[in-house]
Amino acid sequence: MPLLEVNDVHAYYGNIHALKGVSLTVEKGEIVTLIGGNGAGKTTTLRTITGLMKPRDGHVIFDNEDVSKYPAHAWVSRGIAMVPEGRGVFAKLSVEENLELGAFHRNDKENIKDDIEKSYEMFPRLGERRTQLAGTMSGGEQQMLAVTRALMSKPRLLLMDEPSMGLAPVLVDVIFEAIERINQEGMTVLLVEQNAHMALQIANRGYVLQTGQIVLTDKADVLQKDPTVQKAYLGIE
Amino acid sequence: MRRFNYIDLVLWLFRIGIIGVVLWGMTGKFILGIGNDYTISDWLDFFVSGLSQGSLYALIALGYTMVYGVLFMINFAHGEFFMAGAMTSTVLVALPLENAGYVERFPWLSLLAIFLSAVLTSVLVAVLTERIAYRPLRNAPRLVPLITAIGASFFWQYYFRGLFGSSLLPFPEFPMFDGKIAFWGLDFQKADIAVILTSLVVMFGLQQFVQRTKTGRAIRAVAENKDAATLMGIDVNRTITITFIVGASMAGVAGVLYSIVFRQLNFVMGFIPGIKAFTAAVLGGIGSIPGAALGGLFLGIIEAIGPPLFLEGLGVAGSHQLKDVIAFTMLVLVLIFRPQGIIGERLAEKKA
Ligand SMILES: Nc1ncnc2c1ncn2[C@@H]1O[C@H](COP(=O)(O)OP(=O)(O)OP(=O)(O)O)[C@@H](O)[C@H]1O
Ligand SMILES: [Mg+2]
Repeated sequence: MPLLEVNDVHAYYGNIHALKGVSLTVEKGEIVTLIGGNGAGKTTTLRTITGLMKPRDGHVIFDNEDVSKYPAHAWVSRGIAMVPEGRGVFAKLSVEENLELGAFHRNDKENIKDDIEKSYEMFPRLGERRTQLAGTMSGGEQQMLAVTRALMSKPRLLLMDEPSMGLAPVLVDVIFEAIERINQEGMTVLLVEQNAHMALQIANRGYVLQTGQIVLTDKADVLQKDPTVQKAYLGIE
Repeated sequence: MRRFNYIDLVLWLFRIGIIGVVLWGMTGKFILGIGNDYTISDWLDFFVSGLSQGSLYALIALGYTMVYGVLFMINFAHGEFFMAGAMTSTVLVALPLENAGYVERFPWLSLLAIFLSAVLTSVLVAVLTERIAYRPLRNAPRLVPLITAIGASFFWQYYFRGLFGSSLLPFPEFPMFDGKIAFWGLDFQKADIAVILTSLVVMFGLQQFVQRTKTGRAIRAVAENKDAATLMGIDVNRTITITFIVGASMAGVAGVLYSIVFRQLNFVMGFIPGIKAFTAAVLGGIGSIPGAALGGLFLGIIEAIGPPLFLEGLGVAGSHQLKDVIAFTMLVLVLIFRPQGIIGERLAEKKA
């Protein structure tokens, strides 16, 4: 049984048919990447998986349970966390408050403190800035915060929407290394990326999304060698 | 260099004009000696009554600013939450208690009952308004809830007029707020001191709530980014309701404090304080909690000190009746020159 199963999901913005029957699965322990061009529907797919958007048709099944019946804010306590597009840190709150909000649904106060310290160990830059307002940090630091904040909810599935966006190459490496490390510790990851090159390197499997439809799926190393993928997403002629 | 256009010119003339009026008025007052001759203790009286009035504005303004913070909407019915609490607690609790002689025998207990009933009523009215009138419009264009709020405001005014009539209601006299009290050889109105102290305590409590509690943090998160807040597991609608409850509680407290000071109320009593508090919230930068508190205090003080300080000197008769003019001039000036408020926050939100 896959941990996550997106089953023939249709989603609309008004009359715009953004997802035209998207199906995908993520097995426990995998890194799966979803690649595609601008406007393909990657963010929309993640929004339906987190409940921020209700699909008009189709199902999102997480851990054998149709999560569509829960209100969006209840999904995180089911075990789904997301690092949203553009990071979505709370700019006027301190780093530490952002992390505390990541643990909003948890009641184990003592462990929350420990987990915050672990976040600082993972990214010492955050530890040095714990009282700083998140909005005053650099893009890379905000991305580190967004990742650790998502982990604070103790998810079983981590969704990430273009974590490399707008970052200098060095920082992209830092973030991708962190994703690999989190995965090795047992986290299941669904990674949306335009940086298909990097994403396919760390992923087990990949899906290619085009105008609201999955057009291709395979093992990551196979996709890397696929001529259409190379041409469209890896910039290889 | 920026092109010097004629709107700038008009704005500058406007500024110079205002400064001119103020200076001219103060010259008239202090050098030419126009108007009454006030002693230091008179000025102190103006200041303290301004501070007391300003505390009321601040308490109401906090509700405006918090709701604006989470919904980006000016809740024009907020003044009615204040009125509803004051009227209901007076008619259903204060006056019956007075008639039964309880106000005289147990003034503090009676007062407690009045505060509780006022807060409960304000909260009830606020929650109903939010549920019925605002929530269905959550995704409508911004103008729609604004117009609805004005409609809700009229609805509550005439609803309470229907309930309690349109004549002025007297608020009972409480011995502990009657007369003056001396500090450091100076006399202060007890009622003013009570209002100032109560407001300070309430505002301190609010500050602690917003900064230190989990719910307070949720309110700030929702104010910033509703989707991200939802991803954290925060129930956005519930948080918005809590924000209304907190704002309405403060309006309810302000309603009773207003009743203690002015001792006369009716169904339109929420209108002017509501607009003044809105002015205060804008002065402090709408959306900012400390801004609303400071804006309220500032507005109360300038209203009290402005007329004797620079209107009397212009030879304006009955200048103290012009405090509303001062308040609304301030509103217009701030909207023209500093729409982000006098102490409006300008956090550099980095995009990269
Ligand atoms: N709020 C919205 N209102 C209307 N249409 C939208 C909205 N958000 C997205 N869309 C449309 O839905 C489609 C899918 O958008 P989506 O944001 O999911 O794409 P994406 O693959 O994440 O793109 P990008 O790589 O640019 O982030 C696009 O055609 C987009 O224009
Ligand atoms: Mg996107």
